[in-house]
Amino acid sequence: MQQVFKRPQSLKDVQTHFCPGCHHGTIHRLVADAMDLHGVQERTIGVASVGCSVFLYAYFDIDVVEAPHGRAPAVATGVKRAKPDNFVFTYQGDGDLAAIGTAEIIHAANRGEDITVVFVNNTTYGMTGGQMAPTTLVGQKTSTSPYGRDRSKDGSPIRMAELLAQLGGVAYSARVAVDSPKHVLEAKKVMREAFGYQARGKGFSFVEVLSACPTNWGMNPLQATARVGEEMIPYYPLGVFKKEE
Amino acid sequence: MGAVAAGCRYYFGYPITPQSDIPEYLSRELPRLNGEFIQAESEIGAINMLLGASACGTRAMTSSSSPGISLKQEGISYMAGAELPGVIINISRSGPGLGGIDASQSDYFQCVKGGGHGGYRIPVLAPNSVQEMYDLTMHAFDLADLYRTPVMLLGDSVIGQMKEALVKNPRPARELPEKGWAVRGKSGAEQRVVKSLFLGDGELEAHNWHLHAKYQVMKEKECICEEYETADARLVVAGFGSVSRIAHTAVTMAREEGMKVGLFRPVTLFPFPEQALAEAAGRAGKVLVVELNTGQMVEDVRLSVGAAAQVSFYGRPPGAGSLPSPEELLEVIRKNYDETARQA
Repeated sequence: MQQVFKRPQSLKDVQTHFCPGCHHGTIHRLVADAMDLHGVQERTIGVASVGCSVFLYAYFDIDVVEAPHGRAPAVATGVKRAKPDNFVFTYQGDGDLAAIGTAEIIHAANRGEDITVVFVNNTTYGMTGGQMAPTTLVGQKTSTSPYGRDRSKDGSPIRMAELLAQLGGVAYSARVAVDSPKHVLEAKKVMREAFGYQARGKGFSFVEVLSACPTNWGMNPLQATARVGEEMIPYYPLGVFKKEE
Repeated sequence: MGAVAAGCRYYFGYPITPQSDIPEYLSRELPRLNGEFIQAESEIGAINMLLGASACGTRAMTSSSSPGISLKQEGISYMAGAELPGVIINISRSGPGLGGIDASQSDYFQCVKGGGHGGYRIPVLAPNSVQEMYDLTMHAFDLADLYRTPVMLLGDSVIGQMKEALVKNPRPARELPEKGWAVRGKSGAEQRVVKSLFLGDGELEAHNWHLHAKYQVMKEKECICEEYETADARLVVAGFGSVSRIAHTAVTMAREEGMKVGLFRPVTLFPFPEQALAEAAGRAGKVLVVELNTGQMVEDVRLSVGAAAQVSFYGRPPGAGSLPSPEELLEVIRKNYDETARQA
């Protein structure tokens, strides 16, 4: 019998700690698929960030360096400069990348470091228990915005994929979602494309993935997945914002 | 230059007075040696680039000055936790806050007692000459690799800016362990992970005992100090770094006046040369600690000598015009020596 679907080679055969309905598992799979496609698993060094994403090394069968909160792009810079022949990517959440690590991501991108950044935007701090993130939507209630995010006090949600697309060092910047089979297939294509930029030594590539966090949103998995399409995509449009030839 | 001689090819830094000569020099030299120089977006960025390069097993470094070292503490703690080697040069300045750029030793506590979170220790080397800056930088890279730890070199604007003759001593031939822990891309072998998160039952306690044991070995094996005229001294002056140069002159002047005075200079601030100091202090009966601050190293001196000797202190907080002259220290030595003589 022909096997038509299997676990990517770059993923370990283990259970994850992620909550039911969390999209991290799907995103991990897409990242592993892109690594497999480009045949880079054996020379990849992943950089884990702080948050639910820290256990990268538990799920990916690759070498991993754990970075302090927000500093993954700086750590990845050090790794890539020391080992230019290796494949280097970071995997960061929205608190990590868009708040405490803003300086690191902007400057790694602007230098055009030849790395790939996977940015998981679920509009909240997951591991610390659902606090307001820079990506939290206006009006969204979190444990530190109990009356809803107030634009006049908390500012507007940051659109990182568009922001980074403005920088000269960025070769590829896109936003995808994994809330439907159609979007997963599109995300798979984009992830492969982004990793391809590094595989060809073309410079900094960035993929923002809209993701559900049912636990901290106070929703069941189906409601949370539906929210991605109903509330997030209208504010965070999907698409490729920069694609250098 | 010491770093280049030690085989360091990766530097990550950020401009701050009075250490900017280091990135300026390395931005010129490292590209010629197929190395990498990055002027980072911040001190935080720089220390984390060092973390990344070091995780790959390369010899790498950063440098800064006091306020910048404050920013680096997060990364230093992570490197200590993940047992990553790396060299941090701190040409310190005066504080608190923006303070000033004058010669200062007000960061002894920050450098020697940790600074970052988590109760780690790192070797701190305190050169007092251009020659020692060179030699101890090479030594720092060896210590870092031997013990898998960040190592700090602590100087100030006097040490960092002075011009002196330099002999380019050869890199010490020391047997160093293989870096079998460094990430390299699996290459068909076992996965390697560089991390400082330990959540399993008992894991973190065991890791901390492992680090503690390493610090004990450093205390046994890696203390360096210099003694001058301490054999028959009735008063031992103790000072590190730039102030030890002034104290050396003052001690020589005191000897010319017939006072039996010696100088004890810790070169390693961690591990602190407790044993050697206790012996010198025990023979003399009295120690005078001089520092460019209001009293920091003096605490380690008191802990080292215990009841074996009386400890007094003379220091001035840093700032323009606050550097003591040899004559000023001589006067302090006279006063302390007279007290000792009267008690005898």
